[in-house]
Amino acid sequence: MASIFAVESGGNVYQSSGWLLENVWLIPLIPAISFALILFFGKKMPKGGSELGIVMIGASFLLAVLTAGQWIGQVNYADNHGTEQAHCFDFGDKHHGDDHGEDDGHAEDDDDGDDHSAAGLLLYPGETASAFFVEDGGDGNSSSPCPVISNTTWWSNGGQNFKVGTFVDGLTVTLLVVVTLVSLLVNIYSTDYVAGDRRYTHYFAFLSLFTASMLFFVVSENILQMIVGWELVGVCSFALIGHWWEEQPNSDAALKAFLTNRVGDMGLLIGMIILFFAAGETFSVFEINALANSGQISQNLLLIASLCLLAAVMSKSGQFILHTWLPDAMAGPTPVSALIHAATMVVAGIYMIARLYGVFFNGLSIGGSSINALALLGAVTCLAGAMLAFVQNDIKKVLAYSTISQLGYMALALGVGAWTAAVFHLMTHAFFKACLFLGAGSVAHSVHSFDMKESMGGMRKYMPHTYRTFLIGSLALMGLPPLAGFWSKDEILAGTGGWGLFGGTGGNGAYTFALIMGTLAAMMTAAYMTRVLYLTFFGEFRGAHHLHHDDHHEEEHADHGDGHGHDDHGHDAVPHESGPRIVVPLYILAFLALTTGFLNFPGGFQLVPKGWQLRFEHYVEPRSATEYFPKIAHATPSWTLAIVVTALVLCGAAASYLYYFKRVDAQGGTELVNGLTERNALAGWGHHALVNKYFLDHIYDSGPAQPASVATPAAGLWATAAGLGLGFTLGNGLDISMPWPIIWGGVAAVTIFLLVQSALLTGIGIASFVKKPMAYFINWFNKSVLDGVIDNTGKGAVAVADVVYHKIDQGVVDGAVNLAGAASSGAGGELRRMQTGKVQQYAALLFGGAAILAGILMFVI
Amino acid sequence: MFLWQFLLLSAILFCIGVYGVLARRNGVLVLMSIELILNAVNINFVAMGAFNGTAAGEVFALFVIAVAAAEVGIGLAIVLLIYRNRRSIDLHEVDLMKG
Repeated sequence: MASIFAVESGGNVYQSSGWLLENVWLIPLIPAISFALILFFGKKMPKGGSELGIVMIGASFLLAVLTAGQWIGQVNYADNHGTEQAHCFDFGDKHHGDDHGEDDGHAEDDDDGDDHSAAGLLLYPGETASAFFVEDGGDGNSSSPCPVISNTTWWSNGGQNFKVGTFVDGLTVTLLVVVTLVSLLVNIYSTDYVAGDRRYTHYFAFLSLFTASMLFFVVSENILQMIVGWELVGVCSFALIGHWWEEQPNSDAALKAFLTNRVGDMGLLIGMIILFFAAGETFSVFEINALANSGQISQNLLLIASLCLLAAVMSKSGQFILHTWLPDAMAGPTPVSALIHAATMVVAGIYMIARLYGVFFNGLSIGGSSINALALLGAVTCLAGAMLAFVQNDIKKVLAYSTISQLGYMALALGVGAWTAAVFHLMTHAFFKACLFLGAGSVAHSVHSFDMKESMGGMRKYMPHTYRTFLIGSLALMGLPPLAGFWSKDEILAGTGGWGLFGGTGGNGAYTFALIMGTLAAMMTAAYMTRVLYLTFFGEFRGAHHLHHDDHHEEEHADHGDGHGHDDHGHDAVPHESGPRIVVPLYILAFLALTTGFLNFPGGFQLVPKGWQLRFEHYVEPRSATEYFPKIAHATPSWTLAIVVTALVLCGAAASYLYYFKRVDAQGGTELVNGLTERNALAGWGHHALVNKYFLDHIYDSGPAQPASVATPAAGLWATAAGLGLGFTLGNGLDISMPWPIIWGGVAAVTIFLLVQSALLTGIGIASFVKKPMAYFINWFNKSVLDGVIDNTGKGAVAVADVVYHKIDQGVVDGAVNLAGAASSGAGGELRRMQTGKVQQYAALLFGGAAILAGILMFVI
Repeated sequence: MFLWQFLLLSAILFCIGVYGVLARRNGVLVLMSIELILNAVNINFVAMGAFNGTAAGEVFALFVIAVAAAEVGIGLAIVLLIYRNRRSIDLHEVDLMKG
């Protein structure tokens, strides 16, 4: 391997301890090897291969931490040593694009006679363009290390070198550490959780592959590699969501996850192809970002590319309206859900935006605007997801919708230009969401169900450790100080910058709507998490009857194994705490949920020394002079904003607390009967819409037909949303002159109204229009064409074989063989007479022959 | 030059040798006839060598003599064994390889 990735540091200035930064490919390689080893040898190992997975991913984690340390060293080195170089890489102006009017002064002196690629960033196979430092023009910081890029040619075709390599900067090492850490803890947790499963080894093999895929995606040096990693992650999620595929809903969920992601993947491919050609036929992440930032790619191209990529983000990162696979993906084992939600799957979309931020920032005109598609998408997602989380009875589904909502937060943050806040939230969310998922899994492990209303309640008494860690995770998710979620959420809200009302300044634009919707979502988050806490851990235990019954097979994971669950739990009426392999990861994650927020105290935060402020931003955010990162503005944090939002969050929690802990608990129930939803028609309809998940599944796929009283308002809701969304995006985001946004918004609204109404009334979803004819066609094609071809081929083959046997085999082949035998037999009979055994006769023949030869030599030649 | 006299001598010797090999029934005499043939060749070598003024002919003749010595050693050993087994060295009786 080392020879393939041979790197040399050709004369670049960088710190001595940069070996890991250049050889970061080791980190994805180790879990990939682990996958192969577990698959081939796991069954023969004493612990079924799980020990191998833990050790290998542990090693990967260790390397990731060391890499992060080296990166921190790089940044410190750059702080202490001034500028060495004006730009990270020689940046030629040979870009063939015809629409870049301005030259911003990059690299006029680049004439070393090389013109192998249209955009002249000089990165060759085996060459490491490693960190030297650039002067920071913008915000007064001294200097910033360049990303460490190592690459080598994967293959060449048609004069185009397809590279594979690594791209290491602060964002990369953050993801490396988060992914490997969460994966390690999930591996440890799983040894208990799926103990006795019939595909135990297979499960751990895929956990390793899942981790390897995500790490491969994270270190991608070019967008082609990103696509490969992206798809690998999708395949692994398919395999793990459908881990218990014997049951129809599970394999359906796996298929749904995979196919929904395929929808977005179309956008991914188209967007990436646009970027490839727009940047002068290069896949390099650095070059694409740099060209986008320097204005050498036209803004329209960037806009189209980023909208296409947004489709991919919508499917992969569960953004509204392609989020529907995510709650269904809860069919997989709980540790897998934790992994998907915290580290390896859904953050891929967010990571891609952060990685290609030059494209998105410039394409969507994030700076100086007040609305754009990404921010709108994120804001809608975080609200819509939070609302759906209220009506779920399945604890994992609440957490799934919560993830959707939090991913919306991250998208919102990226949409308003709060890049660091988004990445920071990605990290803190990974820890507290993994903690929550694993906690939910711990409870479910004990009561054999995920249904909060049927089989939980009062778990606080039985599972004190799970309760404590889950409480910490919940508070972090709600965003209460001083837990991790507070700091990242506050940074996002401050970053929206759209708030004359709190006296703050800064940000990239006035995204007032994002601030309002984000705050609302934060309130709702507090409320639904209070609900979860009540239903799961408070009140009376409602699952006692459940443990004695035999009819809990559907939801019980232990049944998938060898039934050890019955032996462990079947005879006692009370659930008990999970074992150390479950509890210890919970405590580690809870500790991280408590403390990771301290990594990034806001700038100017008076309670801590200046040296502690903005550490995360300092080490992770590429400063603006590195060409691949756009010049973003940083918002000034505000005490007012933090206090007001925290107060609102407490209001949300308090409302939920009063409802559940006071009123509901007094009645000894799980919800109030004869509540608002029964008394008020509008509230009832809203509840109905939420329970049916905004009818999205009905619209996509066929289901029971809905009455007009349901269909018409739902269609109206969707039409309004579509019309307003499109209208605002066109008018405000794209600055299209006035009548057209209204006209297009109206057209969209009417179309969506008719579409949704007909879909709901008939019970035939949009997909059915495609699905059924396609199924019929494929069936017809299969029966008449394929089967006909196969039948006739078979018959023809029989006839041909008949002829071949009788004529060719029996006649020609056998005849030839017989003839050869008879001929040699006859020839032998004749020739044996020459063999007299008399030496002198042979000698006579010899001399006669010699004489003849002599005669020929003399007279003929 | 008188090369042709040597060639004639060698040709006569060769013919005598061939006759001996083909016509005699006694194994030992056959071997001796082979010696005649070889020596006819030797004469040719030496004569040609002298004629061309090189020593190569004589060198080859020496080789032939050495090989002939080895050959006749093996040949006599075979004849001796045949005699021990059959009490005769008549080549017409030695036809076990008859097909």
